[in-house]
Amino acid sequence: MEIILAIIVGLLYASGIYLMLRRSLVKLVVGLVLLGNGVNLLIFLLGGLVRGKPPIIPAMDRVLGEIYADPVPQALILTAIVISFGMQSFAIVLIKRTYIVLGTDDMDEIHTTEEEDD
Amino acid sequence: MTNNLIILPVMLQFTLAIVLLFFCKRIAAQKIISIAGSIVAVVIAVGLFRQVYEKSILTMQAGNWKAPFGITFVADTFSTTMILLASLSALAVAVFSTVSIKRARMKFGYFPSFHFLIMGLNGAFLTGDIFNLYVWFEVIIISSFVFITLGGKKVQIEGAVKYFTLNFLASMIFLTAIAVLYGLAGSLNMADLSGKIQTIKNQGVVQVIAILFLVGFGIKSAIFPLYFWLPDSYHTPQAAISSIFAGLLTKVGIYALLRVFSLVFIPDDFMKTLVVILGGLTLFSGGLGALVQTNMRKMFSYMIVCHIGYMIGGIGMFTAAALSGAVFYLIHDIIVKTNLFLAGGLIYKINGEVNMKRMGSMYEQYPALSLLVAVPLFSLIGVPPLSGFWPKINLMSESFVTGNYYLLGCIIFGSFITLFVITRFWSEVFWKKREALARKPYIRYFDQMSRSQKTFLITPIVFLSIISLYIGLGAENIFRLSNHIAAELVDTSTYIDAVLGAATTNVTP
Repeated sequence: MEIILAIIVGLLYASGIYLMLRRSLVKLVVGLVLLGNGVNLLIFLLGGLVRGKPPIIPAMDRVLGEIYADPVPQALILTAIVISFGMQSFAIVLIKRTYIVLGTDDMDEIHTTEEEDD
Repeated sequence: MTNNLIILPVMLQFTLAIVLLFFCKRIAAQKIISIAGSIVAVVIAVGLFRQVYEKSILTMQAGNWKAPFGITFVADTFSTTMILLASLSALAVAVFSTVSIKRARMKFGYFPSFHFLIMGLNGAFLTGDIFNLYVWFEVIIISSFVFITLGGKKVQIEGAVKYFTLNFLASMIFLTAIAVLYGLAGSLNMADLSGKIQTIKNQGVVQVIAILFLVGFGIKSAIFPLYFWLPDSYHTPQAAISSIFAGLLTKVGIYALLRVFSLVFIPDDFMKTLVVILGGLTLFSGGLGALVQTNMRKMFSYMIVCHIGYMIGGIGMFTAAALSGAVFYLIHDIIVKTNLFLAGGLIYKINGEVNMKRMGSMYEQYPALSLLVAVPLFSLIGVPPLSGFWPKINLMSESFVTGNYYLLGCIIFGSFITLFVITRFWSEVFWKKREALARKPYIRYFDQMSRSQKTFLITPIVFLSIISLYIGLGAENIFRLSNHIAAELVDTSTYIDAVLGAATTNVTP
């Protein structure tokens, strides 16, 4: 299981960075999404995978007896998912706005040098 | 010592932001609440600073979870100093923005976002947990995204795309580093990590994590090969906004670097050499960038990059004296960069122009104002006895002592370039005769403003200039403070005892 996850994490990072290097703004956002998912999976993987052992103390015991799944990485991922959700929705609105204002989604066209201000 | 009041700077900004949301269409009320709240924030910050500086480090365990398991908030001298500086800058910017920001932008949540941003900064300074630091960084950048796009102009949108992408990437690298660190050490508490990291057998992976942190924070603080987003985006938002960006946003990256590298990863020779080289190149390339700009605000943006190099160089040498120099520079830089961008905003309101070639005659028209603006400019160069002079002396002598002659050369070069750029700026903007320009109808010029509006624009600059002068003339006190902070950074045992020791004495099962 670890091997499969490690490969998936690697693929997500690689494809995320590849898409970020493309010129299209849409691909940039897709790349960011993939990268964010890759990071979340990495936290999950490195937190240690334990199968079917939730960190719940049985009713008659006072402490956990055997090996259990670490709840901290799950809390971290949950936080990171919420944050990257916010970021991604901002990114989508931003590229929509960019497309409306600039009329292009080619990042090479984003180089206005005019000094407009108020 | 446990004290739950240390969270007050965060809670105050949070409350302010929420309250301001209820007044979203009533601009006058927003202005009053924001300024009054910022004054209260300064009072709290001073109180907290005195408490910590004169007595001891304060900690707070969130939810009363014991230290390595829960989230710890720690107020040591370094973090309270940063909170104090942030509150002072925020007060100045809050006053300045009441006049300089357009009403339409205020209606779209300028002030609430402003207080959310300051809340994020305060949280980042206070936290003792590395994942929590990540969360505060996200709070900061989300608020800054609002700022950088507020107004929705073409240049702003373009700046925002670059700013967003690089900051998101930096966050992802930071988070990757946290993931690997947690997998390796099994802890997120920085004081706890400090002990655990040395027991790890696979020190090669520890080095990799350290580099990941360096890259993540490096993008945020705009160090040498990672700074290109900054001059492309910082000149696009309003003057008040870019002054808070310039003063605080890159500096929070430096703060995080200092924290992580003093507490968790003690730099070895390879790391020190790498950071020193990066510091030198930052000074060099930022300086050269500033040299070719004719746009005033782009030139200032390159100045930010250039002067980050001093602090990075100080971190790279990693001796108590060098860290003291870096911290002193940090203290000086926060105030002076905020002031510089505010002054830039004022100059813009007078000239209606950001291109230096088309400005001029400012000394002739406003001699007193010109002298006022000279204070941040000359502090930036480091004309003795103003504030930039002292940390540079410290850093120079320390690079002699540690034998970093390359860095010494870069420091002198950086100072010289700053001198050259500011002198050129002075002669272009203040002394050169200006040809009369056609007035742009959409700008509200300085001389069209009422007396009270002018006061609101000038008071913050006076206020920050007085602080700047104090840092320069009262350098003895600041040195005592920065030496104290550097001693705490080098010998982290008091910090660790305060965090972990508090947990053992404060058990309430």
